[in-house]
Amino acid sequence: MTGIVALYIFMLAAFTGYEVISRVPVILHTPLMSGSNFVHGIVLVGAMVALGNAHTPLEKTIGFIGVLLAAGNAMGGYVVTERMLEMFKSSRPGGARPGAH
Amino acid sequence: MPAASMSALLGTDTLIQASYFVTAVLFILGLKRMSSPVTARSGILWAGAGMLVATLVTFAYPGMSNFPLIGAAIVIGGVLAWWSGKRVAVTNMPQMIALYNGMGGGAAAAIAAVELYRGGAPGYGAATLAVVGGLIGAVSFSGSAIAFGKLQGLIKRSLRFRGQQFLNILILVAALLLAALLAGHFNDSPRVVTGLFVLALILGISMTLPIGGADMPVVISLYNALTGLAVGLDGFVLHNAAMIVAGTVVGSAGTLLTQLMAKAMNRSLANVLFSGFGDTGAGPTGTVTGSLKPIEGSDVGVMLAFAQKVIVVPGYGMAVAQAQHKIWELCQLLIDRGVMVRFAIHPVAGRMPGHMNVLLAEAGVPYDLIADLEEINAEFDTTDVALIIGANDVVNPVARTEKSSPIYGMPILNADRAKNVIVIKRGTGAGFSGIENALFYLDNTRMLYGDAQKAGAELIQAIKAVG
Repeated sequence: MTGIVALYIFMLAAFTGYEVISRVPVILHTPLMSGSNFVHGIVLVGAMVALGNAHTPLEKTIGFIGVLLAAGNAMGGYVVTERMLEMFKSSRPGGARPGAH
Repeated sequence: MPAASMSALLGTDTLIQASYFVTAVLFILGLKRMSSPVTARSGILWAGAGMLVATLVTFAYPGMSNFPLIGAAIVIGGVLAWWSGKRVAVTNMPQMIALYNGMGGGAAAAIAAVELYRGGAPGYGAATLAVVGGLIGAVSFSGSAIAFGKLQGLIKRSLRFRGQQFLNILILVAALLLAALLAGHFNDSPRVVTGLFVLALILGISMTLPIGGADMPVVISLYNALTGLAVGLDGFVLHNAAMIVAGTVVGSAGTLLTQLMAKAMNRSLANVLFSGFGDTGAGPTGTVTGSLKPIEGSDVGVMLAFAQKVIVVPGYGMAVAQAQHKIWELCQLLIDRGVMVRFAIHPVAGRMPGHMNVLLAEAGVPYDLIADLEEINAEFDTTDVALIIGANDVVNPVARTEKSSPIYGMPILNADRAKNVIVIKRGTGAGFSGIENALFYLDNTRMLYGDAQKAGAELIQAIKAVG
């Protein structure tokens, strides 16, 4: 990937993020923050590659911590977002009673 | 695994790149769906599917080893996060977002660290990206950890001292110097790498410690954006398109969200980060005159039952007491009696924007009863009772009048303009920002002391007794 193409991807992705969130109602700010928190859990993929190519004990240790943290980011982000958005079902007319917790 | 057999046909690299492309599309569509209440639930499922695809296909990445280690790390991290995410109370979700976000930042820093300890990424461009990504990720990691500690109540005080900003700038400059050494390949030694990360971690801590609790939502949102950016930069280093796109999208979306939040508090981001909000000591306590006038639950019940229009202003106190179900039960009784009931949500009520909406949604409040600040503020003048449930700073009229107050200029809900104001509050303490609330001392204000849940039950009994 050449530098200039990378720069274009960066620019387009940045505008996409801005556009996607710019019309969001306040009611969804927290779930959306949580959702975007989940999305950067994609760092898991990079951490896996880093650990997969680690050779020295130091690299392996850091890589292991990286994968562990990234998996926590992805899984925790998913569970919390899913639980938050689950609640929005009940606010629709005729929706089921909110589940106990 | 199926990925391996398919990759024999397609070529592993093509398969992986195609899968990452699908993941990037699913992430963007998922985020898009999450920005509307009707489709929000499906949004996280789409994004989740994208994550699953990317994770599985990465096992087929060329030249990989250490699979037992990778598997073990995923299982340990995933199970711990799953368990904690399922267990956490809705009220504590903001700090969990901070925690998971910090983990992402830490992972981004770890990726950069592996690259740098290996002797630096080749070339100046990749080395610069790795260094900056690592620096940002490490700051986000330790900063988010402090934010978590503050919201969880593990860190009770905001540490501030003279020359603190100067010290932070010194640490930043030192970190940037080491970063330049690495990026320019002047000195790739492991000691420089270690120094860079240690300084970055200290910077995250010392930047976050002085920031008051009321500003934490903005800070968490900022660190969320920073983690996204760090992940995007790491993506460039690893030539990983999924990371580039997802990280950058989150980086820009998070930046916008941070600005929206700071704007709601009528403050610039720089002001949030560097002003030392809610400084202890010489507070504006002396300016408040009058006394706190308590009231009995039964009297409030009568007042509410015979009101024409009631606006409920929920705040963190409602969240802490888990009172949203009781409050909604109370409001349903009032609606049955023909009282007009609305909920007024301040953009920064609770610990995050939309925090109150999530809780009210959980209790089953239809969202056409819930109004934003701009929508509802004019209506307080014609309201019989404003019922403040554990909200404080967001209804403090000092923000309109007192130039010396740290919250001066913040848009507030004009609850003080209602004919009667009832404040349900646990004790006589000040709000999270530590500022005395002038609303509580007004002639038309009465204090109903107690836990919001118990007070709600008391009011329900009182209204039922009215018949």
